Amino acid sequence: MTTAPVTKKSIFKRPEKPYVHPYLGGVILGIVLFLAFFLTGNGLGSSGATSRIDALIVDAISPSHVDNNPYLLKMAGGDKNPLDDWIVPVFFGALLGGFASGWLNGRLKFTTTKGPHISDRTRWLMAFLGGVVFLYGARMARGCTSGQALSGGATLSAGSWAVMFAIFGGAYGLAYFVRKLWN
Amino acid sequence: MNFPLQVFNTAATPHPWYFYAVFALIGFAFGFTLEMSGFGDSRKLAAQFYFKELTVLKVMFTAIVTAMVLLFGAVGLGILNFNQVWVNPTYLWSGIVGGLIMGVGFIIGGFCPTTSLASASTGKIDGMFFMLGGFFGAALFAETEPLFTNWYNNAGYYGRLTLDQVLHLPVGVVVLLVVLMALFMFWGAEQIERIIGKKDMSREPKIRIVGAGVLFALALAVVFIGSPSLEERYQKLTFTRTETIPQLEGQPPIVNTVTYTADEMLANRLVFVSPAEAFKAKYNQAMNPVYLDVRSEADYNLYHIAGAVNVPLERIEEVIPVLLTEPPANTVFILMSNDEIAAVQAWKILVASSVPNVYILEGGVNNWIAFFGAEDETLKDVRPAPNPAPDQLAYIFPAALGSRYESCDPSPIEYEELEFEAKIQLQLKRDKSGGGCG
Repeated sequence: MTTAPVTKKSIFKRPEKPYVHPYLGGVILGIVLFLAFFLTGNGLGSSGATSRIDALIVDAISPSHVDNNPYLLKMAGGDKNPLDDWIVPVFFGALLGGFASGWLNGRLKFTTTKGPHISDRTRWLMAFLGGVVFLYGARMARGCTSGQALSGGATLSAGSWAVMFAIFGGAYGLAYFVRKLWN
Repeated sequence: MNFPLQVFNTAATPHPWYFYAVFALIGFAFGFTLEMSGFGDSRKLAAQFYFKELTVLKVMFTAIVTAMVLLFGAVGLGILNFNQVWVNPTYLWSGIVGGLIMGVGFIIGGFCPTTSLASASTGKIDGMFFMLGGFFGAALFAETEPLFTNWYNNAGYYGRLTLDQVLHLPVGVVVLLVVLMALFMFWGAEQIERIIGKKDMSREPKIRIVGAGVLFALALAVVFIGSPSLEERYQKLTFTRTETIPQLEGQPPIVNTVTYTADEMLANRLVFVSPAEAFKAKYNQAMNPVYLDVRSEADYNLYHIAGAVNVPLERIEEVIPVLLTEPPANTVFILMSNDEIAAVQAWKILVASSVPNVYILEGGVNNWIAFFGAEDETLKDVRPAPNPAPDQLAYIFPAALGSRYESCDPSPIEYEELEFEAKIQLQLKRDKSGGGCG
């Protein structure tokens, strides 16, 4: 699949470069992951930050609600700052890093990536719903593709390997039924 | 000499900004790499599930095996302590159900959480919607978690469990097997891309074959380096304790964080808990004490503390996997022999195997009897042994009554007021709710 023609405006007009080879990207990502473990003892992740930002918002609107919910209480109870956790700087760092790579490689564009037979609006709705479902599952499994599959996979955590196969299982299991979204 | 990790932890504790800066840099590199690999484009991610282009699998598994080989190589060479590396605890059932749900979100939404960051930050509107949806999904989980909190926290909980423990294989062999599996999957993925994706594989760079060879060679090296021995791990252990120095009245006490080696912990008697503290631990709601009696079965049958579990020293290594995975995170293990010699041996083995919160009963069972047995009428037929050898029972018991003496289970009312210097400092850093993606 080649990148579809994109007509919307470019923020900085830089020549668009191709993506790196998957194996090269994987090796670099693996080195980043190793360095994370080597330097900090922690792997990579991001979905935990979403929970923590939620906890911050709930804590600002209704602190008493936090006190009544054990899950939020762990992150934002009392004078705990829900953003005081390693995963939060990783989250914002990843946003910035994605932006930097997009800028250097001429891929900063307001556009929608979607299958050929659906409208932008359908795609947005599906992306939103997918986000809701994915993060629900990620919190249940205590980590997403990065926190469980990548980090736990590399440390040989038995549970993480189960999570990884479940993710692929769920996606492959449903793929046929939603093929119109992508093909 | 666990260099980088130790240095980082020591430096970052008083200066949280170091900590944030390092994590932000790691996050930056993470986002950069994902975008660079094409994960900002949902079509590239979704194509994986229609067998057209298996970029997701290739990038993910290359990353996993690269990191794994480097990680276990560093562990084998002794420059990284695996016990200080976060390993996702295994919650089998919530992991599997959550994973299946994630798969559904993946194929509908076209992203996973971190790739949606790389996507949104490069202006992809669908990536932004996914991110936004994510905030709702995570909030929904927080709201619904109380409905199934027991299942969520307990179903299939195995704690820190790694594949080498599951398969009963040396970790190097598992690393090699995972590398072989990944290489086989890459080969299969390329066949699929050629047949279903109609991709011209002759244009793929030849160097990837060399890369596969290098990976295989490194995995073999990990097998041959092996894991550090118990003795090597013991020498590298460090313990961090907080020590409170009381100040003059009205002044807040000074709290220091001090790091000790394992031998210093023993020499400073920081792991020896008095009989009073060992007893009071039972009634402390914050901790779950487990008394491990490492004496012979014969001694154990003569007299033992109520609730103590008999694991003779020669067999202590057999129970380590259970100690590492079974008990809750606030478990405190209190080892005891007749005096201290065997208990100290057991302590060295357990801490080197990274069992957390291990302490030794000061003076052993002999000291316990001396302390709690003074007023125990049921012990009246028990006589002190003349010249007991080191680490032998200092008493002669006429019958093997186990824990049926009163002093085996002292009355919490009678001994309500006991003064002792608290040595136990619970380490919950790796507990169920901390660390990882949580």
